[in-house]
Amino acid sequence: MKKLIIALAASAALLGGFVTGAEAQEKTKVCFIYVGSRTDGGWTQAHEIGRQELQKALDAKIETPFLENVPEGPDAERAIERMARSGCALVFTTSFGFMDATIKVAQKFPDVKFEHATGFKAAPNVSTYNSRFYEGRYIQGQIAAKMSKKGVAGYIASFPIPEVVMGINAFELGAKSINPDFKLKVVWANTWFDPGKEADAAKALIDQGVDILTQHTDTTAPMQVAAERGILAFGQASDMIAAGPKTQLTAIVDTWGAYYIKRTQALLDGTWKSEQIWDGLKDGILTMAPYTNMPDDVKAMAEETEAKIKSGELHPFTGPINRQDGTPWLAAGEKPQDGVLLGMNFYVEGVDDKLPQ
Amino acid sequence: MFEAILLTVITASTPLVIAALGELVAERAGVLNLGVEGMMIMGAVCAFAAAQLSGSPYIGILAGIVGGGLFSLLFGFLTLTLVANQVATGLALTILGLGLSGQLGEAFVGLPGIKLQPIVIPLLSDIPFFGRVLFSQDLIFYLSVALVVGINWFLFRSRRGLKIRAIGDNHASAHALGINVIGARYLAVMFGGACAGLAGAQLSLVYTPQWVENMSAGRGWIALALVVFASWRPWRVLAGGYLFGAVGIGQLHAQILAQNLGIVIPSQFLSALPYAATIVVLIIISHNRRTTLINTPASLGKPFVPDR
Amino acid sequence: MRIELEKRARVSTLFSLLSPLLALVLTLVFGAIMFWLLGKSPLNALYVYFVEPLLEVWSLHELAIKAAPLILIAVGLSVCYRSNNWNIGAEGQFTIGAITGSILPVLYPEWHSPMILPLMLVMGMAGGALYAGIPALLKTRFNTNEILTSLMLVYIAGLFLDWLVRGPWRDPQGYNFPQTKSFQIEAVLPEILSSGRAHWAFVFAIAAAVALWFMMRFMLKGFEVSVLGQSERAGRFAGFSARRMVWFSMLLSGALAGLAGISEVSGSIGHVQPVISPGYGFTAIIVAFLGRLNPLGIIASGLVLALTYLGGEAAQLSIGISDKVSRVFQGLLLFFVLSCDTLIHYRIRLVFARTKPAEVTG
Repeated sequence: MKKLIIALAASAALLGGFVTGAEAQEKTKVCFIYVGSRTDGGWTQAHEIGRQELQKALDAKIETPFLENVPEGPDAERAIERMARSGCALVFTTSFGFMDATIKVAQKFPDVKFEHATGFKAAPNVSTYNSRFYEGRYIQGQIAAKMSKKGVAGYIASFPIPEVVMGINAFELGAKSINPDFKLKVVWANTWFDPGKEADAAKALIDQGVDILTQHTDTTAPMQVAAERGILAFGQASDMIAAGPKTQLTAIVDTWGAYYIKRTQALLDGTWKSEQIWDGLKDGILTMAPYTNMPDDVKAMAEETEAKIKSGELHPFTGPINRQDGTPWLAAGEKPQDGVLLGMNFYVEGVDDKLPQ
Repeated sequence: MFEAILLTVITASTPLVIAALGELVAERAGVLNLGVEGMMIMGAVCAFAAAQLSGSPYIGILAGIVGGGLFSLLFGFLTLTLVANQVATGLALTILGLGLSGQLGEAFVGLPGIKLQPIVIPLLSDIPFFGRVLFSQDLIFYLSVALVVGINWFLFRSRRGLKIRAIGDNHASAHALGINVIGARYLAVMFGGACAGLAGAQLSLVYTPQWVENMSAGRGWIALALVVFASWRPWRVLAGGYLFGAVGIGQLHAQILAQNLGIVIPSQFLSALPYAATIVVLIIISHNRRTTLINTPASLGKPFVPDR
Repeated sequence: MRIELEKRARVSTLFSLLSPLLALVLTLVFGAIMFWLLGKSPLNALYVYFVEPLLEVWSLHELAIKAAPLILIAVGLSVCYRSNNWNIGAEGQFTIGAITGSILPVLYPEWHSPMILPLMLVMGMAGGALYAGIPALLKTRFNTNEILTSLMLVYIAGLFLDWLVRGPWRDPQGYNFPQTKSFQIEAVLPEILSSGRAHWAFVFAIAAAVALWFMMRFMLKGFEVSVLGQSERAGRFAGFSARRMVWFSMLLSGALAGLAGISEVSGSIGHVQPVISPGYGFTAIIVAFLGRLNPLGIIASGLVLALTYLGGEAAQLSIGISDKVSRVFQGLLLFFVLSCDTLIHYRIRLVFARTKPAEVTG
């Protein structure tokens, strides 16, 4: 019986060999694992655009296979291992939930390099990379304070993780730098991606009296609602101007391409090292969409702030800053450690919402 | 503000009501179709695609209805002609629908939507408050109201409706009386599919004018619950649909109000409210065994093979 | 022309064996057509989907990992469905089982006794069973439809898990990300063979399937399940209580789903996080039907379905077929199995006569 199975398997393999017709692979494989669909118009699509830019830039030397819609959990480990086994030299795992899976597979394949987005566990062959979205949020906050007549903004948040909390805090700090009484109303959609829910959240916020909208969820639904109601809004993850030509002030656009090219080049040159990278506006890992639908002086202010952040002159989290309950957090001129920001689970003064502890 | 919230609730509840009404007719004929989610998402993608290609959202509505109706034929063929298990077939329909719609819709992701504009009814829309809420709505809302009235009349006041209910209660006897059970059930299933498709069209043309994979987000399952919830009566479907919609929107407002007042309520708890509410109402409704038995179509889900 | 069904005098054993094969062949044919329409070589695509995942040891391990929860949940569901209790909430019972089973490692990370793992598994089963007890209670006490109650409870379970890992169970050293601490090594379900990742959940699954097959085939309980499922009245005449069957079947399937949940968390993931299941509870329903509600058949159908997942992934990489195609494949497979099953109980005749049943006028 066993011989029969082996014979069958062997003939299947032979047949497979004929059918697939494997050619010699000369190009280096740089692989991507996506948590969502690459046409999702949000987080994953931004990574896909980065991958396409990478392929175009180094077309002669690399191939960039990818897997999309990989659920976080045990499937992730299998998918990442499949990548490693299929000859990938470098694997980008583009979601926080892939963290432990990436580390586990990396242990089994010490010669393959891995880069994990938005995580905090590293290894000799695992790098982490992240984007300082909060820099964009700060600029947005400033614009909001200038453009809002009521001094209240609506924030459609996804999940209470540090990245989102950082964003809320930075937005509030930016707004307070213009209007110290600026208020934020936060609604937790408990999803990254659900147009119906996001639209409902947007409508609820507007009905409750906000006149500026921002979001940390990925579809254009809130922008559409804002456009209908005549409210100004900020886009997220991609330029959403098409959904709101007269509505979008700016958007934080994830532009991963430059980063991917940088790291792949390092791999090809043999200079790749495991690092914990947190790039910002100045490195081009995020870009602000063109400033639109605002008077020239607001635009000028936004551009000036952006320039100051890029040059390092301005850090959105610069003291004096108090926590939500009034206790001091940062003294005047003091800046926080990256570690504190990466684990941020508290609000700054001025945000009304309460976080789970 | 109240008016604005009501409008939001109407938009959120309409697809639930329409899909549930369609399923109600199918179930009244004795067919349990768990594929509502699949039919709804197929309707959504067909509607969006047709609207994009033709430029008119009304063509989109038509495409949604036709798409849902045709898709339900698969279910009908398997369960009515081949007498396959209805629960499993319905689930297969949902899976197929989700996968197929994702495939078909790939080319349409990210395109700016074409929103169905409201049709303002002259004179009636000038009534304060009600004029704006009830008479300045889009076509699909008007259709939802018409469906409630129409289906109620059809099922309880018309001869054909009586036949449908007879089939649902006892298909063997109905067949003995000479009623074409299989034929009527096919029509009922297709009607259910058409309604689910229309509900899907509302999602991609009115609720959030765009196409995104899985945008039905479980509404098909809620619609199924609504049918039982409503004891298979159309006006109660309307009430149940709006209740569910209201709780869903209400929990968002509750989050904001809690912030204003400084109260901490975990948002997951609020998000769970609509589902918990559904269970509670289900208990209340089914509690009286007699009323339940009176209202449930007795041959629901049971396979039927006409003897020669 | 009409298609007419003629009930067979006896269930056809020939078709009992032939039907799933016929369904598989039809799916392959339709799949080949689909691939051809997408511009890919059909033979190559089918090879990548169905044969390639079987050729490497690590892949076979992954197959076992993927199939284990599916089989475990599906065999429990098969008993439920056979007794006419429609538990659609296995996903929720999976989640709650994972939570209750994880109580010990999360709250007592320093407890290193070998007792911890068996306790976790038992607690997981208990949690799943209790959660399935809710729709059982509602059905027996309040006459509420279990399809809908168990379904609504799925959403609630998911939100509860979300709240837990973002709040009280969050790892204090985890930079405030929604994850518990990694389980201590004694709390991790060990691997079966060192050649790969497959862990004991697969053994549990096979054991449960065999045990339930034995029960359904040879024990009075199994007879009770079948009779009550087919006719409650007949069951009552035989002295069986439909009410107690509701409890038995729901608690059983809940316990197995809970076991699957804690096994997955403890064996495959190693900590608790907001997403622990890619829809196992729902996929298991398909597996149950594909296996025709027979525990041994479910072993096969669980493996086949797991194969389509693995194949779909491989196809994404090597041929560039999108993952949505996998779902279409699975839906097609289920459709064909359901269609071909008709042949087991009925003969299909094509009737060309034009007689219509007489309509009673008035």
